[in-house]
Amino acid sequence: MTTLTSLAKVEAIALDRAQLIRTVRHVHVSPRPLIFVPLQLAGEACAPLAAMVGDDRDHERLLIAYEPRDRTERFRFAAGLGEVILGYVDGYAAGDPGEGVPYPDAPQVWVPNAGGMKFAELLGRSTRFRRTEGPHPVPASVPLLGRWVTYLAERAQHPLSSLFLSATQALTAHWATGQSATEDQNLATLLAWIAPPPGQTGAQAALLAENPARCPPAGPVTDPDFDRDVLEGLIKAIVAARQSGDAAARERAQALMARELHSVLKPTWDLMWQAVDLLRSLPPGDHVAERWKTDRFSFTGYVRYLQEGGVPQARRDAAVDAARRLARLENEAQQLAAHMAYDDPLVMAEYRMTGDAFAGPVVRAEPDRLDETGKRARLRPWITVETTDDVLAELGADLRSPARPAQQARVIEVERAGERTRVTIELQSGMGRKLVPEPGSVPGLGDVVCYTTFKAEFQPPPKFPDREDTPWTHGGPPPEYVPRDEEAAEEWE
Amino acid sequence: MSIAEAADRARLATEEILASMESVPRGVVVDSPPGAGKSTLVVRAATELVRRGHRVMVIAQTNEQVDDLTDVLAGRLADHDGDLRAGRLYSESHRVGWRVERHQNVVSAKSAGELLDCRVVLSTAHKWATVTSDEQWAWAIVDEAYQMRSDLLLRVAGLFGKALFVGDPGQLDPFSVVEVDRWSGLSWDPTTSAVEVLLNHNDHVPVKRLPVSWRLPASAAPVVSEAFYPFNPFTAATSPQERRLEFGASAFGDNSVDRALELAARSGWALYELPRAHKPRTDREAVRACAALAARLLERAARTVSERSPDPLPVTPDRIAVGTAHRDQATAVRAALAELGAEGVTVDTANRLQGREFDVTIVLHPLSGRRDATAFHLEAGRLCVLTSRHRHACVVVARKGIPDLLDAHPSVEPVHLNVPVKFPDGWEAQQAIMAHLERHRVAAP
Repeated sequence: MTTLTSLAKVEAIALDRAQLIRTVRHVHVSPRPLIFVPLQLAGEACAPLAAMVGDDRDHERLLIAYEPRDRTERFRFAAGLGEVILGYVDGYAAGDPGEGVPYPDAPQVWVPNAGGMKFAELLGRSTRFRRTEGPHPVPASVPLLGRWVTYLAERAQHPLSSLFLSATQALTAHWATGQSATEDQNLATLLAWIAPPPGQTGAQAALLAENPARCPPAGPVTDPDFDRDVLEGLIKAIVAARQSGDAAARERAQALMARELHSVLKPTWDLMWQAVDLLRSLPPGDHVAERWKTDRFSFTGYVRYLQEGGVPQARRDAAVDAARRLARLENEAQQLAAHMAYDDPLVMAEYRMTGDAFAGPVVRAEPDRLDETGKRARLRPWITVETTDDVLAELGADLRSPARPAQQARVIEVERAGERTRVTIELQSGMGRKLVPEPGSVPGLGDVVCYTTFKAEFQPPPKFPDREDTPWTHGGPPPEYVPRDEEAAEEWE
Repeated sequence: MSIAEAADRARLATEEILASMESVPRGVVVDSPPGAGKSTLVVRAATELVRRGHRVMVIAQTNEQVDDLTDVLAGRLADHDGDLRAGRLYSESHRVGWRVERHQNVVSAKSAGELLDCRVVLSTAHKWATVTSDEQWAWAIVDEAYQMRSDLLLRVAGLFGKALFVGDPGQLDPFSVVEVDRWSGLSWDPTTSAVEVLLNHNDHVPVKRLPVSWRLPASAAPVVSEAFYPFNPFTAATSPQERRLEFGASAFGDNSVDRALELAARSGWALYELPRAHKPRTDREAVRACAALAARLLERAARTVSERSPDPLPVTPDRIAVGTAHRDQATAVRAALAELGAEGVTVDTANRLQGREFDVTIVLHPLSGRRDATAFHLEAGRLCVLTSRHRHACVVVARKGIPDLLDAHPSVEPVHLNVPVKFPDGWEAQQAIMAHLERHRVAAP
């Protein structure tokens, strides 16, 4: 936790309300997101129990696996979920956008918390290899659902992506509450701190929201009291009714279970929309649309891959794929850090506190300075910035300013005198072609400027060997990946 | 053990390693504790392989390390055969250091194509990863291999046939800025070290060891060995009588800084303990204490006697280091030192101090003043680097209460299938070091 976030937490406690720690929103919020609140059966790794899902806050769909331990029921549940999610995704993949052009928009799925994301990942793992023919056939929507949720779960690991979001993560990235990071995982108490009901303080509202009878857990695990007092009896009744062949009794028990699960899921469903609304109310950062575009490209690419009959995602990455993916994720993490710092002075302030950025007035400027050491004179203005921030940048360091992100700047001199540091910077590009800078391209005397070592520029990916050239140090070339029959037939557990 | 015995043991170990290189099918891994002559081994192995007629590529992790190795290797090659040339391959953004440029037999170039007639070429792993060549190098020598990430090895491994991996398993593990556990348990996890992945796939690769530390004094070797290398113990090459730290000027009056320095001079260790408090990372008093200790060492004209020279040598600023966990702490200590007028003392984070050596180190304890002990602050490698850079003495600056903090925060790293549990874990190592430092405590006012 950064010092500023710690401070915001202290303020949240003192003022009894969560504090905004960002000036802008750093995630994309779709105008029509799909909310997905899954529940699983306690004690099982991934036994779906129910899900409330939909893209319209007034029309929630409730899907239930009435006998969660039963394989057929699980696939019936998956097929139903598949229809909803695939229907939603297909809405964004209409027509052919043309070569090199992404679809105009992309789907966005929200789950309540990190547990929900993990559930989606496991659900994808359990369904994407299934086959529609052969010994254990399943409906076509099951393996397709598996591929899509796996795709979403993998995208969620990409720092730049907003295709698949967890509400608690998105909220805690923007607000600091007076409770611990672990307590922040509880969507109900988190929202109680951020938006307490009238007449209550954040702490009071959070205390009330901690009661599972009032605010049922947002899943995927359910309240143990509910499991013991309600769920167990209902499942037993349904199993007994099926075994005795009493269709009417079964229907009654199922209706009862649907009612109970609805009452457990509906409060979270409402909280999810509240979270979406809260985030949507923040103005988006300047780079958010640019990042969403990479999501649109990625989505378009995956639609096309599936249309061309692409195989399900492999169970694990081969050596080269893993290294490539890691390089990509690291590159994105760096870009995201730069984007956020450029878009948001509060994020930049954190870097100013750690010495990765500094800000201050220009106290000396030579906007027309020429470098005449080469064959031709080049425009190389110098400016000196005086700052009280710590400066970590060393001589020769390559700097950027959020105000002029494309302009290269290099540290020429750092003079420290007590609390103040004077940094002289040479500007190297982005000033036009003439030997006089374009108006506004060089900061003037007295302008307050900010410089940092972060670069938002795209870095070309590093070169890796081809899969078939995997060296001996990494076990040699792996066999070609083909989904196997065992994967299609394995137990769902 | 006398120095002669130590030298014998080290020589035997080195010779065994060099001999084994003849017969191994793919390569050798050499584990080296702090200051055990890793660079010497790299240079000897390179010369030996060149002498046997092989072309050798040397892979180090930073430009500093490459320049250091080139410097030593060039000297050795010149002694050996005046016609042999070493190549220094460097990238656009780096200026080759003076200690490389002064050698006649070193050719520096930005592309490997210009170094074809060099029998041995040195560069960083990142630069090697950009080299495309159909020609294979018979041998690669990978220095600091435990700090090299396996995805980087993947990018360079196509260049060579066999390899000698040299490194210190006790130092900092490579890390990634993204936290992803999708690869944990895979034998080729790209976030783990090059050596780990290599050994996962090649169990025929032998792992050898260097047995003695030339750097660490007799007061430090057993402590560091026990805390961080419990299964692969090593000893100091020198005896307690062979290393001495003394002061040219005696203290005036009585203060805790002088007492800490004198204790460290006498016993090799001191814990300069500030009153218990929770503080932000750049704890002003702790930072000032680090600076004051370093400045006082210079003021009192500290000097060393060692096997290197029978006459006392002054402890100059470049022989002192202050080590921290975070960069902002290092910046704060630098500023505090500047205020005291003590210029030239090295102040850096553990990551950047890896592979370096000083007479005296002052360590701002990673857990000092903290409320919690995260995996970052508990990491055994970090403390190992900080407490094993010195030839004479190490002074640790810390707030009181670290053992309590450790007790309140047992390590809670998740356990993954197929991932061997790291041993010793940071928590255990921290406890061991604190237990030792307890006996060398000086209370600060």
